[in-house]
Amino acid sequence: MIVDRCKECGLCINVCPQKVLERGNEFNIYGYRYVSPKYIEKCVGCRLCEYICPDFAIYVEVDGL
Amino acid sequence: MDIIHPLDRYLRTDRLPHIWCPGCGIGIVISAMLRAIDRHISEGHFTQDDVATVSGIGCTARATLYLNFDSAHVIHGRAIPFAIGLKVIKPNLKVIVIGGDGDIAAIGGNHLLHSARRNMDITVIMVNNMVYGMTGGQVAPTTPMKVYTTTTPYGNLEYPLNLIKLVSSLNTNYVARASVTHPHLIERYIYNALSRDGFSFIEVISICPEVFGRHIGFRNPVELFNKLKSMIKFKAKPSIDESDIVWGKEIVLGEYVNEYKSGFIKLLYGS
Ligand SMILES: Cc1ncc(C[n+]2csc(CCOP(=O)(O)OP(=O)(O)O)c2C)c(N)n1
Ligand code: SF4
Ligand code: SF4
Repeated sequence: MIVDRCKECGLCINVCPQKVLERGNEFNIYGYRYVSPKYIEKCVGCRLCEYICPDFAIYVEVDGL
Repeated sequence: MDIIHPLDRYLRTDRLPHIWCPGCGIGIVISAMLRAIDRHISEGHFTQDDVATVSGIGCTARATLYLNFDSAHVIHGRAIPFAIGLKVIKPNLKVIVIGGDGDIAAIGGNHLLHSARRNMDITVIMVNNMVYGMTGGQVAPTTPMKVYTTTTPYGNLEYPLNLIKLVSSLNTNYVARASVTHPHLIERYIYNALSRDGFSFIEVISICPEVFGRHIGFRNPVELFNKLKSMIKFKAKPSIDESDIVWGKEIVLGEYVNEYKSGFIKLLYGS
């Protein structure tokens, strides 16, 4: 997560098929409660969250690729 | 410049975060467009310096301010004439016009017609959020019938302009409709558009929760996204007769025109 780009729109949480992402409790410098990959161990690397993020705030790195 | 996100090399990262409201679909379109360009660049078809983006005025048109390509941000509705001039003088550039439905189809509608008619070698990406976003959500020629907007408090009485039908009726090489609910299709269609000469047009149905959604009960971006998604239907070979947009009914995505005729530039300069 590039936390200061997140605007808390929730689209990534909505599209994630694995329910990896959750709205955090911490605020970024613009006052948004940025999303965090709380259940990262469930991630399948599909990149839907990266493709749906309108703010270039989230990207996925898959080990070994 | 810090490069963190895989698309950061194509962005003026010092200007981020951008001005678009939380959950606005424009960023999804730009991200998909950059992946399509990145794919062409990594396949060696052209370089970052060969790309030029042109836009007019509007929320969508702000995109050129954030893109790390040679870019022009011109007056409202006049992105296409600027792009034509650029392409004629520098025919090796990949010239991409990005704009809202107001910018491209309302005030800029006549330019759209005549660049399509000439099969001019540019790619036009029109982000259709069905209203004038930047000025506060007024009715646009693309607003579906019966929909409430800032200036249609009793519901829109006008029949909307169907850009797919209009541009397909002209001498163009490529016409496609995508939606922000399906980013991989936006990427694929922009990639396909950039793979050919002649005029290419991509309409991307987008969400504007801030000033479109709020008047129709979908102020929350996720709810508006899911509402739009429930209306979307993809077809491998859509027919132009099914391209009309009625709010609440099926919106058909797909490639409506897919041809490889010679563009204007080849006729002008020879091959
Ligand atoms: C010549 C001129 N007329 C009117 C305007 C006011 N104006 C600014 S943006 C805009 C429309 C924006 O709508 P659209 O192109 O659909 O883009 P969006 O903001 O929805 O992305 C208008 C009418 C202007 N800037 N210049
Ligand atoms: S890449 Fe991982 S976190 Fe992102 S949408 Fe897919 S499963 Fe969820
Ligand atoms: S007003 Fe609408 S189109 Fe403009 S940035 Fe906000 S959500 Fe996007």
